[in-house]
Amino acid sequence: MKRMLKYAILTAGAAVFAYPFLWMLAGSLKPEMEITSLNLLSGNFSLQSYAQVLLKIPIGRAFLNSVIVSATNTASVVLFGSMVGYALAKLRFLGNKTLYMLILFTMTIPFQIVLIPQYILMVKLGWTDTYLALVAPTMMSAFSIILFRQFFMAIPQALVDAARIDGCTEVMILFRIIWPLSRPVIITVALLTFMSNWNEVLWPMMVVREQTLMTMPQLITIFTTGGQAETQLGYLLAAATLLSLPVIIAYTFFQRYFIESMASSGLKG
Amino acid sequence: MTGLKEIFLRARTSDRGAYWFILPYVVFFCAFVAYPLIFSIVLLFHRWNIVTPMEWIGMKNFGRLIGDALFYRSLLNTLTFLVIHIPLQAAVALTLALLLNTVVRGRGLFRALYFLPVVVSGVAVTILWQQLYSFDYGVLNNMLHAVGLPSVPWLVDPHVAMPSIAIMATWKNVGIYVVLFLVGLQNIPRELYEAASLDGASPFKQFLHVTLPMLNPAIVVIVVLSTIGGFSLFIEPYVLTGGGPMQSTLSGMLYIYNQAFSFGHMGYAATLGFVYALVILGVVLLQRRVIESETSS
Repeated sequence: MKRMLKYAILTAGAAVFAYPFLWMLAGSLKPEMEITSLNLLSGNFSLQSYAQVLLKIPIGRAFLNSVIVSATNTASVVLFGSMVGYALAKLRFLGNKTLYMLILFTMTIPFQIVLIPQYILMVKLGWTDTYLALVAPTMMSAFSIILFRQFFMAIPQALVDAARIDGCTEVMILFRIIWPLSRPVIITVALLTFMSNWNEVLWPMMVVREQTLMTMPQLITIFTTGGQAETQLGYLLAAATLLSLPVIIAYTFFQRYFIESMASSGLKG
Repeated sequence: MTGLKEIFLRARTSDRGAYWFILPYVVFFCAFVAYPLIFSIVLLFHRWNIVTPMEWIGMKNFGRLIGDALFYRSLLNTLTFLVIHIPLQAAVALTLALLLNTVVRGRGLFRALYFLPVVVSGVAVTILWQQLYSFDYGVLNNMLHAVGLPSVPWLVDPHVAMPSIAIMATWKNVGIYVVLFLVGLQNIPRELYEAASLDGASPFKQFLHVTLPMLNPAIVVIVVLSTIGGFSLFIEPYVLTGGGPMQSTLSGMLYIYNQAFSFGHMGYAATLGFVYALVILGVVLLQRRVIESETSS
């Protein structure tokens, strides 16, 4: 009896999280008149709203922009993050401690303070309305450097020393020996970086005005607030579905990685 | 002198190539962290719209901020958000985690469903909730009608709009904290409960004196991250309400954005950002101190 009650509450909770998404999907397929109904099914499902959204805004291009920006940043954050993390964990050099403290300090700065100056820097460099503005300021991240450093600290120094005696350069040690041992942290950093870039909207709203350069969340925000959607619910829901679908599909396959990465970032952050 | 000698020695024993590993980050740090930080200080004392030359105005940005009703309004709005969001999120996450911790079947599936909104773009979630919250035809009001209750003016009443956004944010983020609490619960040694029940502690007392103190690290995380999130609130009011009705959902970040991009007040926007950053640091430090002293006593 008690167990039944527990499952009843848990299921009700699951419905609260899942139903709105199902309603969104159903609404994007229904004719305008039926959307507001609570019923998820309809005899009149069609792709009409999607066709209209694709016609009104260059969403394919925006998808491509999002992929380009997120993938570039992810590759860069993993590459440079692991390089600095390796130097901090395994290399002796003057200023090692100082650099570590500096990176920790960077993590405590609220982004509100640097946002406007960073935007002005983009204007001065002439990078607004280019990919550079979307990529450059997030090419490296203090948080991922720290994650890499913590992970590399646990790898035995003897392994590094042995490789050196065998004549490996530091670059070879990092990419041939350390990287293969570091899959968990690489996956975590890559996933967190990709997700935060994919969902980022404030920064693109500041540095991009040109429609062909907009990432997906930005384009859809402008579509929603700028009147292009003509207050057609179906269009809005279709746009929102297009925005969330790639992530939901990835999530259903790699759910465990998503949960572990994001929860661990919460614990450490 | 010994200091200098030591530095010299350490420089000599450096690993070859170490500086190449850190060089990209040092360049990045100078360009995108140090320079903006220094420039933010410069901006504090200037009036500037980027197009015309900068104009030195001394402390006028601060003077303006002190008399700016909208600044206080945005602080108050953020406070309203946090006062609802943090306890609600902690309570829901703890309840779901406690239930999940006692069941075996389907735990993974439930966890995955609770976590789903976390990964979805905030823009998509906001567009979705705009429809759920709609006064005339929204799903939530339709549900209320179905059980004979009156409509709630979710986004149109100045007293209700910010709480509505806080509920939406809770729905979006609570999955992270369910997982965090679940990890915390599983790390509590069974012996603690056994010892407590031997001493005759009721399940409720066990919860109060064993479970809650052991979950303290997760509680610190939930409070601090939700606070930072509350101060960063932007796209939700931007899409849902544009800061209205009657500025009741004007968040700090939205106000900075408006000052910079609607009015071209770069100096004043930077000043707002600076002061907000100080407020955030202050609040987070205070929260840590309070929570840590609560548990040590």
